[in-house]
Amino acid sequence: MEVNQLQRTFLEYTAALFREGFLDSQFTQLYQLQDESNPKFVVEVVSLFFDDSERLINDLTRALDEPIVDFKKIDAHVHQLKGSSSSIGAHRVKNSCLPFRDFCEAQNTDGCLRCLQQVKQEYLLIKNKLEDLFQLEKQIVAAGGSTNLVEWML
Amino acid sequence: MAKNVVFSRLRRLGKNERFDDDLSSSCDSDEVHVLAVDDSFVDRKVIERLLKITSCKVTVVDSGMRALQFLGLDEEQSSVGFDGLKVDLIITDYCMPGMTGYELLKKLKGSSTFREIPVVIMSSENILTRIDRCLEEGAEDFIVKPVKLSDVERLKNYMFGEGRTKSQGRGSNKRKLQETSSSPSPTSSTSPEPSSDLSSISSPSTPRSPTSLDSPSKRYKTSHHD
Repeated sequence: MEVNQLQRTFLEYTAALFREGFLDSQFTQLYQLQDESNPKFVVEVVSLFFDDSERLINDLTRALDEPIVDFKKIDAHVHQLKGSSSSIGAHRVKNSCLPFRDFCEAQNTDGCLRCLQQVKQEYLLIKNKLEDLFQLEKQIVAAGGSTNLVEWML
Repeated sequence: MAKNVVFSRLRRLGKNERFDDDLSSSCDSDEVHVLAVDDSFVDRKVIERLLKITSCKVTVVDSGMRALQFLGLDEEQSSVGFDGLKVDLIITDYCMPGMTGYELLKKLKGSSTFREIPVVIMSSENILTRIDRCLEEGAEDFIVKPVKLSDVERLKNYMFGEGRTKSQGRGSNKRKLQETSSSPSPTSSTSPEPSSDLSSISSPSTPRSPTSLDSPSKRYKTSHHD
C-alpha cells in the first residue's frame, strides 16, 4: 500500500482513538519524547504498560479470589494501574480504575469483581488498538514514511 | 518564614557553587544531575526520558531506600566521597511502598548534607493537604501526574535560579510562591489557565525552553481531564 494512504489511515485511526476516549493527550506527550535518538520510545513505554497491566490484572484476579479479600492490597494494585495507564494516556483504562477504588474503600467484593471485568475489557481493547496502530506505523516506516504523530495532531 | 529560606538558598545554588564542589570528571558543567525516584516501571521510563530530553543527567531508582543508598545517606556518618555523585535535584513519587516520597523528603531535609538539594514531589492525586504538607516539609514543587514535558522544563528554572517562570495557576499555594522575593519572571501572568490537554503541544523532538505557553495550572487542577 502506498505511503500516503497508510499515513492517512494512521492519522484517522489515531484521531478516532482520541475521539472515542481511548487515548488522551498524555499519549501525544509520549510522541514528543520520541526522536531519532529514541525512535522506539513510544512502543517501549507502551510495552512496559502492557506487561505491568497484565501483572496487575493477574494479581487483582488472585486477590479477589482469596477467601478473605485484602482490600488494601487490591486498592494498591488498582492505584498502580491507574497511575501507569494515566502515564501513557490510556484514558478509558484509567477511568475504569476510579469506581474500582471506591468499591475497595467500601469493601465490596462484588463491586470489585465487576470493576475488574471492566478493567480487563478496557485493557484488552486498548491493547488491540495500540498493537494495530503500531503495526500500521511499522508498515509506514518500512514504506519509507514517517509517523511523527505530534505534528499531525496539531 | 521557612519558605523564603528555601528560595534564597536556591538562588545561591547557582552554577558557580556547583562547579566548586563538583569532583566528578564526567560531569558536564552545564548539565544538571537529577535523581528520580518512582516505584512504577512505566513512570520511571517516562520521567527518565522527560529529564534526558531536557538535557539532564538522570539516575533513576525504584524506591526511597535506594535513593538514600545512592546518595550515601543511609550511612551518613561516612558519606565522604559522594561528591562525585552530585545531585542537583531529586524528583520523587509520593505513593511508594516502603518509604513514601514524603518520608524520603523528611529524611533529606533532616540531613545537613542533603537538605540543600531541591526536592520535587510527584503524585497522581491532587490533594491539597498533601501538597501543603510536602511544601511545608521543604519540597520545592509538587507535580500532579501524569508528568508532562512542560512540568520538567519548568523545574530547570528552579535549579538554576534564573528567571523562574512562576507557576501562575497556583492559587492554593500562596504560602509558597507569592511570598518569595525572587526577581519577577518575564513570562509570568497571574490568571490561572483552565486545564487544557491538547493545547500546549510543542514542536517535536526539540526541547523547548519554558515560555508562557506552559500550562501552569497543571498542578492544581481540581478537575482531572477525565
